[in-house]
Amino acid sequence: MQRRNFLVAAGAAFVAGCSEIGDSQWFGKLVEGAQGWHRGLHRALGGGRITMAPEYDRSAISPFFRGNGNQTVDTDEYRAAEAEGFANWRLSVSGLVDNPGTLSMEDIRALPQRTQVTRHDCVEGWSATGEWTGPQLSTILEAARVQPEANFIVFRCADFFMRGGPDNRRRVDYYESCDLDDAMHPQTIIAHQLNGEPLPTRNGAPLRLRIERQLGYKHAKYLTGIEAVASLDDVNGGKGGYWEDIAGYQWYAGI
Amino acid sequence: MSKGPRKHHALSTRIWHWVNAISLIILFMSGLNISNAHRRLYWGNDGFAAADAWLEVPRFPGWMTIPDYYSLAAARDWHVLFSLVLGFGLLAFMVFALINGHLVRDIFARAREWRPANLWIDIKEHAKLNFEHGEGKYNVLQKISYAAVILIMLPLMIFTGMVMSPGMEAAWPWMTDLFGGRQSARSLHFITAWLLFGFFMVHIVLVLLAGPIRHIRSMITGNDPRETSDAEA
Repeated sequence: MQRRNFLVAAGAAFVAGCSEIGDSQWFGKLVEGAQGWHRGLHRALGGGRITMAPEYDRSAISPFFRGNGNQTVDTDEYRAAEAEGFANWRLSVSGLVDNPGTLSMEDIRALPQRTQVTRHDCVEGWSATGEWTGPQLSTILEAARVQPEANFIVFRCADFFMRGGPDNRRRVDYYESCDLDDAMHPQTIIAHQLNGEPLPTRNGAPLRLRIERQLGYKHAKYLTGIEAVASLDDVNGGKGGYWEDIAGYQWYAGI
Repeated sequence: MSKGPRKHHALSTRIWHWVNAISLIILFMSGLNISNAHRRLYWGNDGFAAADAWLEVPRFPGWMTIPDYYSLAAARDWHVLFSLVLGFGLLAFMVFALINGHLVRDIFARAREWRPANLWIDIKEHAKLNFEHGEGKYNVLQKISYAAVILIMLPLMIFTGMVMSPGMEAAWPWMTDLFGGRQSARSLHFITAWLLFGFFMVHIVLVLLAGPIRHIRSMITGNDPRETSDAEA
């Protein structure tokens, strides 16, 4: 009986200990290191080539592409923009670039386009396949001339979540970021079409990021701006994305 | 090197056994937490709707998961970290077990051991709770289970896990096709996790029946468990 009590106690201590360790600083550092290892392996096992997410025939397209997270943007400005078919939507290009500016929807459609049928993998576990069309982010960044000090690209979004209790209710904007390797990747595009139609509202109208070697939460929707930065420390919560800041999701979402 | 008698379990086997045990427990329990994020399983490449699913699994309670409350982000931290321990641990064990002959000598069953008559004898001996029989270090049922875990189930867990990592998939996209798509790989990952859990439970029950103290001690010190009984231990 004593031995059994010991085992039950040991089991409970193990689970409680794991939860405790999970909140500690050194465990965070360890996980950060492990993410770096995974990322290094993902690149190294590609054997030096630019690794590409699989692309499919149009026949693989999911009949309905689920919207997850925010399905719309709850502001009067967004509803007004939606009502006019996003004719006056602008994407700003700013930060550590020689030629900052804004792109209209016409400017974006006038750039060379890439169309890709890819599978979207949510961190939760589900997948859906869609055909995305838009200019490569690299085209936009090359035109803007990213300065050598820039290490990351930050994606600004119109959508937000309301966080906190009744007494400290506050708006927290969605945003995301990636390194220049993923930003300049050929499959990283600013999509304005899904399956040959303008993006539906639930999927991020009028512009969303496609960053095909990472999980769904990196594919920021309702894009309003892209910004080149040297460090993510001073951007919003400092962890490089909304879910990273709010809930501790992994910044490298290629795992 | 010591000139003493050859150890029953090599040091590399013992270290790997315990590192692997801890990794498997953490990966299994954090995996159940991850499963709670989306409880439907599909075959093929994609799926998100109930109509596409072949199985809806139960929600696993907090006492079965790491951490002990629902957190996809924290569970993924544990999974991301210990997947490396499991993968490189298995790789190191395989290299050592090939070099020191453990894999070929002790784990691979000989052709004559595979004969149905021999398998039947082994099943009967197990039913009589006699576990120390058969040729070599392990009896044939033991050899088959260990080989299935080391050579099939653990590699299957690692490779289906790799398929589910979009960054990894971009490096080796052929692996996704090998498993019939990402959602098939996810289903296989889930099924194999429970097969490993089944092995884990049977393994523990058999160690308890066969003399837990001397067997656990043997897996720590490397001494032959047959040289002592639990009464003496």
